[in-house]
This record gives sequence, C-alpha cells and structure tokens, in this order.
Amino acid sequence: MLIFERSRPGRRTPSQAPAGRADVAALPERFRRRRPAPLPEVSELDVVRHYTRLSQKNFSIDTHFYPLGSCTMKYNPRVCNSLAMLPGFLRRHPHAPESVSQGFLSCMFELQEMLKDVTGMQAVSLTPMAGAQGEFAGVAMIHAYHKARGDEGRTEILVPDAAHGTNPATATMCGYAVREIPTDASGDVDMEALKAAVGPATAGIMLTNPSTLGVFERRIHEIAQVVHDAGGLLYYDGANLNAILGKVRPGDMGFDVIHMNLHKTFSTPHGGGGPGAGAVGVSERLKPFLPIPVVGREGDRYRWLTERDLPQSIGRLSAFAGNAGVLLRAYVYMRLLGREGMPRVADYSTLNANYVMARLRSLGYDLAFPERRATHEFIVTLRRQAKAQGVTAMDVAKRLLDYGFHAPTTYFPLLVPECLLIEPTETESKETLDAYVEAMAKILEEAASEPETVKGAPHTQPNRRFDEVRAARELDVAWQPEAG
Amino acid sequence: MPFIPHTDTDVREMLAAIGADSIETLFDEIPAALRVDGLNAIPPAVGEMEITRLMEARAAQDVMGLNFIGAGAYEHHIPAAVWQIVTRGEFYSAYTPYQAEASQGTLQVIYEYQSMMAGLTGLPISNASLYDGASALSEAVLMAVRANRRSKSQRVLMPLTVHPAYRSVTRSIVASQGIEIVDVPFDPATGRVDPAALAVFAGEDITALVIPQPNFFGVLEEVDALTDWAHANGAQAIGVVNPVSLALLTPPGQWGQQGVDMVVGDGQPLGAPLSSGGPYFGFLCCRKEHVRQMPGRIVGRTVDADGRPGFVLTLQAREQHIRRSKATSNICTNQGLVVTAATIHMALLGPEGLERVAGACVEGCGSLVARLRARGFEIPFTDERFHEFVLRVGVDGEALLARMAAAGVLGGHALGGDYPELSDAILVCVTETKTAADLDRYVAVLEQARADLAG
Repeated sequence: MLIFERSRPGRRTPSQAPAGRADVAALPERFRRRRPAPLPEVSELDVVRHYTRLSQKNFSIDTHFYPLGSCTMKYNPRVCNSLAMLPGFLRRHPHAPESVSQGFLSCMFELQEMLKDVTGMQAVSLTPMAGAQGEFAGVAMIHAYHKARGDEGRTEILVPDAAHGTNPATATMCGYAVREIPTDASGDVDMEALKAAVGPATAGIMLTNPSTLGVFERRIHEIAQVVHDAGGLLYYDGANLNAILGKVRPGDMGFDVIHMNLHKTFSTPHGGGGPGAGAVGVSERLKPFLPIPVVGREGDRYRWLTERDLPQSIGRLSAFAGNAGVLLRAYVYMRLLGREGMPRVADYSTLNANYVMARLRSLGYDLAFPERRATHEFIVTLRRQAKAQGVTAMDVAKRLLDYGFHAPTTYFPLLVPECLLIEPTETESKETLDAYVEAMAKILEEAASEPETVKGAPHTQPNRRFDEVRAARELDVAWQPEAG
Repeated sequence: MPFIPHTDTDVREMLAAIGADSIETLFDEIPAALRVDGLNAIPPAVGEMEITRLMEARAAQDVMGLNFIGAGAYEHHIPAAVWQIVTRGEFYSAYTPYQAEASQGTLQVIYEYQSMMAGLTGLPISNASLYDGASALSEAVLMAVRANRRSKSQRVLMPLTVHPAYRSVTRSIVASQGIEIVDVPFDPATGRVDPAALAVFAGEDITALVIPQPNFFGVLEEVDALTDWAHANGAQAIGVVNPVSLALLTPPGQWGQQGVDMVVGDGQPLGAPLSSGGPYFGFLCCRKEHVRQMPGRIVGRTVDADGRPGFVLTLQAREQHIRRSKATSNICTNQGLVVTAATIHMALLGPEGLERVAGACVEGCGSLVARLRARGFEIPFTDERFHEFVLRVGVDGEALLARMAAAGVLGGHALGGDYPELSDAILVCVTETKTAADLDRYVAVLEQARADLAG
C-alpha cells in the first residue's frame, strides 16, 4: 500500500509545522499555487509504521550477507554514523565563516592526508560526490592537463572491455571518443592490442586494478610505461581498492589520477543507492587542476582553497564542498582502523574471497579464471549449467534470496557469460561464508534435480519475479491522484 | 581487529581449504617491487571511546550561533522521526535496488518520492535523484541539448540571478561538450532577469533558457513570461526551484502557456540537515516526452509473476551500466538515503504542514525586512520574494559578517565575490526557525557591527 492510499483529508501532524497559517499577503496572486500540493495527509504514527514496514522489505548488510561484486558491501560501523551526526556537524552551514569551522575543516584536512598516504598520490580533493563524479573529475583533469600544454590532438580515452559502464560514459561526458582494449585469456589487458591502440590521439587510459574480473593486472608497470611513452595519462578507478589497501598504492603503480569510492573501501553506507563520496587523488603534474574547494593548512589554521589558490582548477563540481557527512564517516572509519588496519582490510577480504572461491570450486562450480588468485572478489560462470539445465546466473541469484543471502553481482563484467561476481568482504565470519557455500551447494543440486524450483525463484520474498517489460512499456512512475 | 571477526583457528582452516601457507601467499601475483612498506601519515588505530571524544571536541569547536545564511542551503526544522527511520540498518546499509525482490522497501520509497516531486512540480516524471541542485542543473542542460533536436547552436541562456555555484558547476561539467553558456544580466532595479537583455536573443537559435524561482536573491521571477519567451523562441525552459517554496508557489509545470520542459533544484530543504553542504540531493522532473533523455535511475510500478504489484528500476537502457559510452549520463550512485529522508519529511508535513513552513518563511522574511527598513537600511530590488533578501550594509559585506559572527550571529552570505557591484551587500535568509526575538537580535547585532566598522 502506498503512503498516498493511507491519506485521509484533514489528518495531519500539527507539531511538525509552525502553528497557524502565516500572513502571506505580500505574495502576489500571480505567483501562487491554485491547489494544495498533492502530498499525503497522514498521522505521525502512520508515517513511522509505513516506512518501518517498508524498511523490512529490504535486504541490507545489517540483516543479510550481501556478497555483491565490485560494491564492497562491508559492515558500516554505527559509530561512524553517530559521530558524523553530532549536532555541531549537522548544524554547520556550508558558508559558515572559517573562524567557526576549524573543527570540521581539521577533519577534512586530515582525511585528505590519510587518503594521500594510502593511495600514494600527491594531493587529494574530497569534493566529488560519488564514484562517477570522481571519474568525471579525473578525466576532466587529464583533459585540462593536455590543454594547458597545448597538446590538443588527443581525442581518445582507452578503456578495457571489462571496465565499469561509468568509465566509457565518463569519457564521453568529457568529450572524448572511447576506444576499447580487449582482455587476454588469463584476465589481463591484451598488451599487443594496447600497444597497437596507443598513439598521438591517446589522452589516457582508465583502468581498475584489481580489474573487474577479480584479478590483479600483473603487467601494470608495463602498461603505465606504454601509455606514458605515448604521452597519455593513467586513470585509476578505485572501485576495487579494498583488495590492495595498504599493500600496493596506485601512485606507486604509475597512475596519475585516481578516484576512491569512500562508500566502498572506507565503509560509508550505500543507503539504498547513495550518497557516496568519490574523492580524487593526483600525481604532482595534475595538482594544479584539482577540483575546488580543497582544504589547506596555514600554521594551525585551516582554510578553503578556491579559484584564487588554484586558478587552473577544473572548477566546482558541487554547490558547496561535496558530501561532507559521508566524508566525516570515512574519517572516523580510517581513524578506527589506523595505519595497521589498512593492510588488514586487504588481507582478510582477500582471504575470504579465496576461501569462498576454493569451496565453490570443490563443489563443482566453474571459475572464470581458475588459474588465478582471487583478489577481494572472483567470478563464477554458469555457462555449463545454463546449457545443460537451462539454469542461468539470474536464476541462481534469485534462488539465493530464498536462502537468505543477497545475490552476487550478475552479468557483469559483460565479457564472461552467465557470470556471478562474488565479493564477500573482510567483515564476514567463516560461519557466514560456510552457510553461503552450503546454500550454493543446495542450489547446484536443485539445478540438476528440480531446475524449475531454481528457475521460478524467488519463492519466499514479498514478490516473485517482476514483469520488467511491462514496467518499461506501460510506464507508471508516479501515483496519480485521480487513479489512486 | 576492528570489524574483522576471524579467529586464529578460522584463518588456519580457511588457508587449509585454499591450499595456501599464509595470507601473504594470496598476494603472490602482485609484483614485489610494487609492494608498499608501511604507511606513515595515517595515525595508529584508536578505539571508539577515543574517537568519540575527539569528534565531540571538534564538533563543539564549531559553534554556529544564530544562523541567517541561506544561499542554497536552508535551516528548517526536521521532525525527529525522519532520521530515526532513515538510519534503520535496512535503509542505511542496503545497496542500489538492482535485485528488486529483495529491495521492495527502497523501491517503493523512491516511487513515493517520485510521486511527491511530480505533485510539487507539476511535471509527471521524476528521477530517483542526482547529487545536488548544482549537478542537477548541469544534467538538465545536457538533457535539454539532447531533447531540443531543432536547435543546432547548443547555446544555453543562463541568467546571472541563478545561484553562482550552480552556474559555475554547470560550466565545469558541460565545458568539454561544446555547449555555450551565455550570461543574461539582471535589472538592477528589480533584481529580476532583465527583459531587455533577454530580448536581444529573440529570433536566434537558443537551445534552452534557465529560469530560477525564487532566484538567488530571493526574488520571484516573472516565470510565466520567461517560460513563454523560451517556447516562443524554440528554446527548452529549465526551471530551478526551491522545493519548499512550491507548497505556495505555482508549480513549474504550470508556468506560462505550456509549463517548463524540466525543473531541477536541491532537495536539502526537505529534511536534510545543513551538514556542511552535504549530503543533499538534486531533483530533476520533466515532461513525459523527455523521459528517455532523463539521466539517472527511475523506479516504475509493475506486477510480478503472480500478478501482485511491486516496483522495479525501469528504462535502464538510458543508463551507463547498459549503454556505456552512449548513456544519458555517467551517474551511477545517487543520493538515495537523503531521498528517503525527504520522502518521510514530506509525508510527515503533508500539504498543509509544508505550506505552513513556506508561509512562515515568507512572513518571517517580510518581518525582518520591515524591521531593517524601519532602522533605515536599504533593501534593493522588488519586495516580491520568498525567504531571502539582499541587504545593503554600506560597508564591506565580508568584514561585517565576521563582526556579526564574533557576536554569535551568522548574518548572511557576502555577495561581493560573485557580484562585485554588490560588495557592500549581503544575502539574508529567514526560515520558520526564527522567532521575533531572533529577528530583534539580528537587527541589534547588525547595527552594532556596522557601527563598530564605521567607527
């Protein structure tokens, strides 16, 4: 039932709004709305109960194992939330003078410093509001760099075929043509194809390492050399930073610019789709182009650095300074883990992934890259089951919901048929992983003995599979007062 | 180990199952030369008690005082229930609802949000959110360029009465796509888009006109005439609005003869705390014919295999994970949790509650204007406004505000940086949170600060 269907004319929650109607005679008639906005009229208890019940229809990290590949669904520590929501932080207006903002600014400055350290970059801007905006910032900086050197003929961005969809979409938004680079049989970038593709038109390459195939790109040094020799720059997509945190730094691998998904690696919540934070880090040569504002320190005072300090900046990406509340959560998380905690994230996320991979392999699941180590994630392919029993990756994903586990990422990366991308994260215990493996074992049996059960899943959720074609054809994206 | 549950026994058993000697072995594909040997700038770990003490001290350092700053981020009362529900783990720690059967809670919330935004704006299609109002305007400009197939110029008229940061962000984002953003001056008498300045462009190939309501100065623009001008000149009309004001003001879908083509704004006033500038969310609503040009996620209602109603992400062929380099935008993560807050906030206030909030803003703002006029202050521009006004202070705005802040009042936003001709003016905001006593205190602190500076 929709909140609108609980609405009764005249029902309201009077303590939430100013008492009485104000005098708005100063507002001329020609600017006024003729009919009240069609919002629901409900009581406070109606609202609390309705949205509490809706929340219970969600899978979440707090309630379920959520091994969604490339999304890093690790536990979001509660203290990060409660400290980011201290009244002093919540009440701070973004335009508050620096004289009454030193507490907040000091957290942001230290966060910049910690992110520089853990990525091996020379400077960081926290302003991008999600991974895709961080990518935009990164590619825009590459663009600004070439332009500042008068090197205008670089019109292409290279993107491996395994990349996230945001990579090519970002390159397009920055005015570049996208050139795809194939992957070789073992999951690494095809070096011959790369060498053939680079040239005077190459502005840069966008790489994720470990790649979305769940393996570490072993020839990263050689890739960096080939691209740099051609005059291009290297962009690091930080989606998979969890796997190498404190072990290898993108700056040391030769990357010129990176974005970090703080909502993945640094455990800020995903919130049902956001908000995230996509901080960017740069090498020395891209420093002048960082998006503003950045926090600077002079003596023991902190201040915003703006156009005046960074005249070559690619500019502003948000009305203020990005998703400050998310950044505070990441700051608390990094302080709790400390320098010794960073490599442990990589250690245990890698241990968990390799453990689940080994167990699934022994059950008879096919691995996309059986000869490779898993990083923090790995790929199972159900090509064989799809052919033999008609049971697809989607069917297995939906059946997992019945067993109380969120599905892994399905059908991504696009180049592995019928794939499941599985990322357990470091915060899950062996017991949880064992229970998940057991569910995967049962599903494999069911695929052989009762495939219809798997194909018809889920059976225990509030809904069965949806008619997505109808959703797109008979578009219903808003409740209509007349129809409701 | 914080947040890592493994015992030594677990690790031994897991390594045995893998067939590896140590965790270190699992990293043997990484070239040894690349390995980092310790981190220096990150301090050693602290416990929850220590970090709590530290953060409480830092939060306490930033004493805001009485806040009259608006300029795109507005202080409103947020009912206690909003963030108590939003931070339930089931909303807080869920992912993007790609697995619809396991995400009906989030999906229904977004559908209800889209419905509420459609109701407020008078345009039938809303997406599931963008990052903030500024990035939403950039996306709307890109969308208008795609949607206006008759226009070849890629010229977008941008009044100087649009929030300066929105203009600046839009320039950053559309810079490399060959789109020309053309400034349109305002009339210094009214603070509105200057009709004569707009008339210069009549008959030219213009792709879109941006129309703020209220504008950055708090002034109400002649939106009907502007919308009709855009359409008469073959341009798309893009509204930029404050969502709370829409409880009182004409919905953009009804501006002029046909209504705007798309409308954007920042959703912060609907339940998001000021929080140093974010997370907020951007909203974007459009006419039905533009739906396939819409960036970002959209939730649709459909039925399942048993005919039961439910919700899914729909029209995904517009998005980057399907269309890659041909997507309508690169956006993936949006501001879902803040949208959840806004939905609950709007449900709690209802049509009358939101109207009372908007009305109290208008009345409070008028009341402060009257007090200041009575004390001889100059308030330029028209008096037809929502909840902000420009105040001439006769001295440097920045300097005055620093004085006021020292006296515990954040007196407004200095305008000189963005409008050099207004360097002796500040932008002041009054919301429903301010009492008559607050307004009196404002006037007293302002007069004292001005006297100190003048003396």
